[in-house]
Amino acid sequence: MPGSDSAVMERKPMVAEATKEARLEIKDLNVYFGEGADRLQAVRNVSLKVQQGGSFGIVGESGSGKSTVLRAVCGLVESWDGEIDIDGAPVSHRRDKAFARKIQMVFQDPYASLHPRHTVDRVLSEPLKLHGFDNVDARVLRVLDDVGLGADFRFRYPHQLSGGQRQRVAVARALMLEPEILLLDEPTSALDVSVQAEILNLFSDLRKEHNLTYVMVTHDLAVVAHMCDEIAVMQHGEVVEVMDVEAMRQSKPETAYTQELLKASLGYDAEFFGAA
Amino acid sequence: MSDTLLSVEDLWVRFPTRAGTVDAVRGISFSVGRERVGIVGESGSGKSMTGRSILRLIRPPGQMEAKSIAFNGKNLLDYSERQMRKIRGHEISMVMQDPKFSLNPVHTVGKQICEALRLHTKVSRRAARLGALEMLEAVQIRNPERVFNSYPHELSGGMGQRVMIAMMLITDPKLLIADEPTSALDVTVQMKVLAIMDKLVQERGMGLIFISHDLNLVSSFCDRIIIMYAGRIVETCKASELHNAVHPYTRGLLNALPRIEEPKERLEALQRQDSWKQEVSVDARV
Repeated sequence: MPGSDSAVMERKPMVAEATKEARLEIKDLNVYFGEGADRLQAVRNVSLKVQQGGSFGIVGESGSGKSTVLRAVCGLVESWDGEIDIDGAPVSHRRDKAFARKIQMVFQDPYASLHPRHTVDRVLSEPLKLHGFDNVDARVLRVLDDVGLGADFRFRYPHQLSGGQRQRVAVARALMLEPEILLLDEPTSALDVSVQAEILNLFSDLRKEHNLTYVMVTHDLAVVAHMCDEIAVMQHGEVVEVMDVEAMRQSKPETAYTQELLKASLGYDAEFFGAA
Repeated sequence: MSDTLLSVEDLWVRFPTRAGTVDAVRGISFSVGRERVGIVGESGSGKSMTGRSILRLIRPPGQMEAKSIAFNGKNLLDYSERQMRKIRGHEISMVMQDPKFSLNPVHTVGKQICEALRLHTKVSRRAARLGALEMLEAVQIRNPERVFNSYPHELSGGMGQRVMIAMMLITDPKLLIADEPTSALDVTVQMKVLAIMDKLVQERGMGLIFISHDLNLVSSFCDRIIIMYAGRIVETCKASELHNAVHPYTRGLLNALPRIEEPKERLEALQRQDSWKQEVSVDARV
């Protein structure tokens, strides 16, 4: 039953919104790891369509391939096939500089994704230098302001920042090249709830200000429900269901797996889980 | 009250640093009966230190101090290290966050469970083995024999955590301290592990201290909640009455959570007030 459901659900949004402009479209993406007998297919036939200015969520448990999809889009995984279109144009396996100006990624752990011996200033100005931007000073200051840090933080090292501040720096770095699409890989799961609220608000503000398109990967259904308008559920490397946020709020997912995920994120329910 | 298993009075945990002494836990009092008590707080609130200090597991240079830590009417502070070893793992057990770091990687799971049992009770190897297999079955491991003979790296996170729970419960402790026992697990696995723990704790009439950062989870899983901020207890309430919480910190945490059922344009960011740090800790003894 889940198989037939997911096939229907996958196609539906694509037909319904074929008229709208797609910013990012993934068609039949497969990702493989390893060689020969060790070869593992981490992502199977994933097709997604993200609208211009939209916010698309991918949820799933560890090992479901959700982050791998993002990494393939971003060019961090080599061995993929299928098609990744940005603004209607397919991307190749080797990405050029223009690609980096269009898409940037924010990683999960702000404790691991910043170079410990580089100052905030160096982290932020490096992409500008690589891409030959002018006005480096002004741009660094503006972005620091955008993410709510201010000029005081410019010459600090990561160890002088809290987790939330580090994640703001990571977001600032992603914004340096003025990208149109941001890929967010569990951007708040290493943070406390109060800090998570601040970062999620920051994402909402930035999206409005800079007209960004988001693709967000997370295991937290409440976070995608807050951030995204359309949500894909992944399991074992496949998309089992695509639904819009309203369907999720009303607890009307089609597949049993999504039901279970949703139930689990609402809290512990002795009857539901004790019986299993 | 005769039902009280553990009663802690005026607990302090301090860490001397170059910049002066840091108080991780600042004079808290609470009690636990045969119930599920949740301790919630953000990172750095002192919740884990509270759990560890019950077993006197604060490593130097950290220091702990308390008026009393009464367990079954006896003050654990009067115990020698040797006597404490009889308490740890036997009367009071602790499940840690990540099974990857809490299981010994070079011994089989079975050996580790048997060791836990044989350290505290006089049983033969054979009986220990049977007991371990039974316990593995009780935590709903489908193939206990196979898991008994496997090494920790051969198990998934959920399995590893079940093994940990089996190991901690095999000695039939009276109190279980679970420090973020399911935070490293996927949500659906998390719920299964919680259900197992819940069932075992209830069947054996144990007390449970459940330490977590997840307010939502704690309020649905525990009977009573203690909310900690900056080393103090700011509020305590019945889990079912959490939504009526009055302290601005608790309210702030609740409002900062995105909720599936109630969409909001913006999440409320928590406005911390310095006065919260100065407030007197709430007495959470029943």
